[in-house]
Amino acid sequence: MKKIEAIIKPFKLDEVKQKLTSAGITGMTISEVKGFGRQKGHTELYRGAEYTVDFLPKVKIEILVPDEMAPKIVDTILESAQTGKIGDGKIFVSTVEEVIRIRTNERGEDAIR
Amino acid sequence: MLTSAALVLMMTIPGLFLFYGGLVRGKNALGTIMHSFVIVAVISVQWVLWGYSLAFGPDKGGIIGSLAWFGLSGVGLDPNPDYAATIPHQTFMVYQLMFAIITPALITGAFAERAKFSTFLVFILLWATFIYDPLAHWVWGVKGWMREMGALDFAGGTVVHISSGVSALAAAFMFGKRIGYGQEAMPPHNLPFSVIGASMLWVGWFGFNAGSALAADGLATSAFVVTNTATATAALSWMAMDWLFRGKPTVLGAASGAVAGLVAITPASGFVGPMSSIIIGVGAGIFCSTACNLKNKLGYDDSLDVVGVHGVGGTWGALATGLFATKTINAAGNNGLFFGNPAQLWVQFVAVVVTWIFAFVGTMIILSILKVVMGLRVSEEEERMGLDLSQHNERGYSA
Repeated sequence: MKKIEAIIKPFKLDEVKQKLTSAGITGMTISEVKGFGRQKGHTELYRGAEYTVDFLPKVKIEILVPDEMAPKIVDTILESAQTGKIGDGKIFVSTVEEVIRIRTNERGEDAIR
Repeated sequence: MLTSAALVLMMTIPGLFLFYGGLVRGKNALGTIMHSFVIVAVISVQWVLWGYSLAFGPDKGGIIGSLAWFGLSGVGLDPNPDYAATIPHQTFMVYQLMFAIITPALITGAFAERAKFSTFLVFILLWATFIYDPLAHWVWGVKGWMREMGALDFAGGTVVHISSGVSALAAAFMFGKRIGYGQEAMPPHNLPFSVIGASMLWVGWFGFNAGSALAADGLATSAFVVTNTATATAALSWMAMDWLFRGKPTVLGAASGAVAGLVAITPASGFVGPMSSIIIGVGAGIFCSTACNLKNKLGYDDSLDVVGVHGVGGTWGALATGLFATKTINAAGNNGLFFGNPAQLWVQFVAVVVTWIFAFVGTMIILSILKVVMGLRVSEEEERMGLDLSQHNERGYSA
């Protein structure tokens, strides 16, 4: 099994989710995160005080898929999350040792179907 | 007059506490709101017991009122012709109470996010008694020496704004910087609050300035018009300053500009015409925004810019009154420099300098004593935790 983590632009979330469900995924976890990469932050000005905000808001998606599905899911995210402008985010793919569905004790791929 | 009094109360609660409350960090929202709120309660009692008597009671050497009117004894429902011949004496008293409330509430912006609540309470009581009440007597009390000298202050530029702005400077020195000031970002947690607050100040200020005519007459109308005009101009000029020199027209800049304009027109509002009010407004936006930018270079932590807005705006307004006042607006006033009477500018200057010195030194003395006796600031741990939890065991916003 693979875990696919994608950091994307927040406004792309709906589109990515739609494409991913069409591609056959049955669940995902998202969180609102902040971070920086090559994209610069912005400055904020409050009367005399100027602040540089380095951490920009992004959405992190986590999906677990069987090994053979991973390339397709990665492609789907690439297609739907890309704007071509700096700050589109990253995708990380890693191997997962075990998955357990809490309700039924199912393990492995049965747990993510 | 009663409506005007209620409008001036609305400037403090909720106007000022929203303006200030929005500018602090979320962990200090309640604590900041509480400062203004509890001042209303404290001063309301102080004023009835001895404050009004000290400020407006029978004169003692031009310096202070006597305690003859303690507990409003002799302050009844018949008019007192010395102050206002057409309204009950208690109406005048309660109107003046609202000014006595907002002035210390303005100072709280200087020590926001770090003051110990118990010390703050005692400070407010002492400040009202030993700074505000005498000053109000000098400027407005019968036989008060500044009034006798001919200083013009229609609605409280010296008494309210210079005194609070300068006391705020002293307080910023005495309290010291907030932990992390200049290193950590301390952005306002709710600017819409602040803009709502500034808007309520704008509306309420008509009670403050137009109401100071103490009648619903032509002078009140004139004060209303120049107040609105100066406020609008100052909002535009501060916004323009931001746009020209900092790149973007900020909303907080426009709102602060409006407040600066209101401050600057206050002493002049009963003495100047509409065209003069435009110049006063433009000056307020330019001088006050520059002062707020300068603060960051000078390094003292006047957290919510009480000095930049009220100290500088009030000083500009008091001096501008000496420039633009004209008897065609108010025969009971005087002409300023541009209307052939340069002496008035000198009188205004003296009033400004004396108020600066008195408020600054007085506040330093009060705070120096309190620093030794009670301590001014919360502990480092409490400051990091925020005033809401550390001083009140509450949170403005539950997680």
